Amino acid sequence: MSADLLPAIFAAPERCLGLSMAEWELALGQARRGMLLGRLAAACSESPWFERLPAQPRMHLVGALRAVARQRLEVRWEIRNIAAALRDPATPVVFLKGAAYELADLPPARGRLYADVDILVPRERLDEVEGALFRAGWISRERDAYNQRYYRQWMHELPPLVHVRRETYLDVHHTITPPTSRFRVDAGALFERIEPVAGMPGLHVLSLADMILHSAVHLFQEGEFANGLRDLLDLADLIGHAHARSGFQEQLVSRAVQLGLARPLFYAVSCADFLLPGRMDAGLVSAVEPFRPRGIGGTAMLGILRRALRPDHPSCDDAVTRVARNFLYVRAHHLRMPAHLLLPHLLRKAYMRRFPPADAPTANA
Amino acid sequence: MQLSELATAEIVERIRGPGLAIRTGPFCFRVVSRFESVARAVQEMYAEYPLAADGDFADFTVELQPGAGIRRWFRRQVRFRWEGMYPFEPLPAEQAYPLLEWALNWCIAGYGHQFLMLHAAVIERAGKALIMPAPPGSGKSTLCAALIHRGWRLLSDELALISPEDRLISPLGRPVSLKNRSLEVIRQFVPGVVLTAATRDTAKGTVAHMRVPTDQVRALGVRAPAAWVVFPRYQAGMPATLVPRSKADSMFELGRNAFNYTLMGLTGFEVLADVVSACDCYDFSYGDLDEAVDVFARLADGASA
Repeated sequence: MSADLLPAIFAAPERCLGLSMAEWELALGQARRGMLLGRLAAACSESPWFERLPAQPRMHLVGALRAVARQRLEVRWEIRNIAAALRDPATPVVFLKGAAYELADLPPARGRLYADVDILVPRERLDEVEGALFRAGWISRERDAYNQRYYRQWMHELPPLVHVRRETYLDVHHTITPPTSRFRVDAGALFERIEPVAGMPGLHVLSLADMILHSAVHLFQEGEFANGLRDLLDLADLIGHAHARSGFQEQLVSRAVQLGLARPLFYAVSCADFLLPGRMDAGLVSAVEPFRPRGIGGTAMLGILRRALRPDHPSCDDAVTRVARNFLYVRAHHLRMPAHLLLPHLLRKAYMRRFPPADAPTANA
Repeated sequence: MQLSELATAEIVERIRGPGLAIRTGPFCFRVVSRFESVARAVQEMYAEYPLAADGDFADFTVELQPGAGIRRWFRRQVRFRWEGMYPFEPLPAEQAYPLLEWALNWCIAGYGHQFLMLHAAVIERAGKALIMPAPPGSGKSTLCAALIHRGWRLLSDELALISPEDRLISPLGRPVSLKNRSLEVIRQFVPGVVLTAATRDTAKGTVAHMRVPTDQVRALGVRAPAAWVVFPRYQAGMPATLVPRSKADSMFELGRNAFNYTLMGLTGFEVLADVVSACDCYDFSYGDLDEAVDVFARLADGASA
């Protein structure tokens, strides 16, 4: 039984036919943990052998497909609401990640389960956008003044907004990496290449190359790897989709260099090639090789990443993986902020965790 | 093989170790815990349920872990661990077994989308199922617990599992959850009833679970079509009265109290419409269990006559 079962299945879904019941439990568990149950279900249901899968695990896949179908309607409805709320400021609105894949009908939209919708707007329009969203019912639940200030001063996004009636989450970005980050991305360069969504005036998505680079850099700056495998699958799906376009590989690499994201692209492509064997084009793997960091650091980093990107599930939870994840958590923060900003922030967060404010919400079973 | 064939020591050992996988209707759950209170209650409540064989598939693995850090020893807590996550806040350790049952409900409600799932008790008589939806405090569980000792069979006390393919309701058949005053009421109404030790001061007050009669556990594979929808309401001193209720309104109310009615989309609407069309719908108020039992018996006889 393999701790890396789920990536192996995504690399070659027909493996499902040979799984033991214990392996099915593991695969479903890893998929639930990584928000990938819908994607697993989609990969299986599109195959001719879906009906031959054993009935009990197949029931879970059928159930997940129902959830996926419903969420697809809901995310489309949510997108229309966001677009309607932002018609007035007449600002370009760029949908990111899941919502963008859905709008542009790209492969990572298949079987997707959503936690939130992400949009990108020009920084100078941020106040107007926030006001317009507020009038349409999106409010920030972040009541802590420090956290509010932290987001607004240092991050590439506003604190998450929640719709008062639908309870849906919306992240408003003004660029794709924190302004303090080592991989700072100039949003202007992204906006130059945004593409309109067919049939939905005013709505945009990033160019395909920029989407790929966004999912690559996303892997490294979040510092939490519960969804790491999903980001990697998005990347592999997008690259596979773009593969047919002539000259795409060169475009992608030169765009990565231009945006300063060549190194995240190298790490992402190498990890995808390792965890999802056969999914990455050999030409692309060698095209990003020049961006491998020199010396032992790059090799070590790659080893750590490969381990951390395995499903965040008890079955993969050995001591080495925990150390790898902790290392990357700290490193992600380090990449986001220089030390003189980071240390006071982490201390403050540690204090807030230990002594939560009196009105902090507490859940109950 | 059923649970009662295992010695107590082995049950404790298995629940501690790789886990014990128990079948209950269409689902199989594996329980893993170091709490002896959990092993004891599971042994008491699930004695007659079939165990999964080695190599069988378990739908859900529910792990009940000790609290983190000092809460492992001091003012002990229990945490529900699910695929490496902790979906709920920790609870006092005394609530470990109720937490197992709540966690299982949560798993099924969150992932059992092969069914349309309504929040309702379901009981069966002469091959026909009666759906009892109701908000907490309406006396639904008490009524359900009483009726399954007076000629009705338990399908579920919380979750109506309706197949979208053939509209039949699957028994889930897990122990019936009882709260506060209904515990004493049922103890008096059903001499010899088996209840877990009561757990005090939970979010729902004092709770305990009631063991399902053995013949009904044996029938957990037998599904039934719905014939009645009854909305019960307990009112002290009131005579038991059954008043017809509109089908449209009943369907609306059932949909509102469903776990995945909206998730099922058009399928959910069609399934629920079919189910309610085939049912007689009533509001039912009662103040005395014996009277209620009579009214329900007459309802069932009327249908078979």
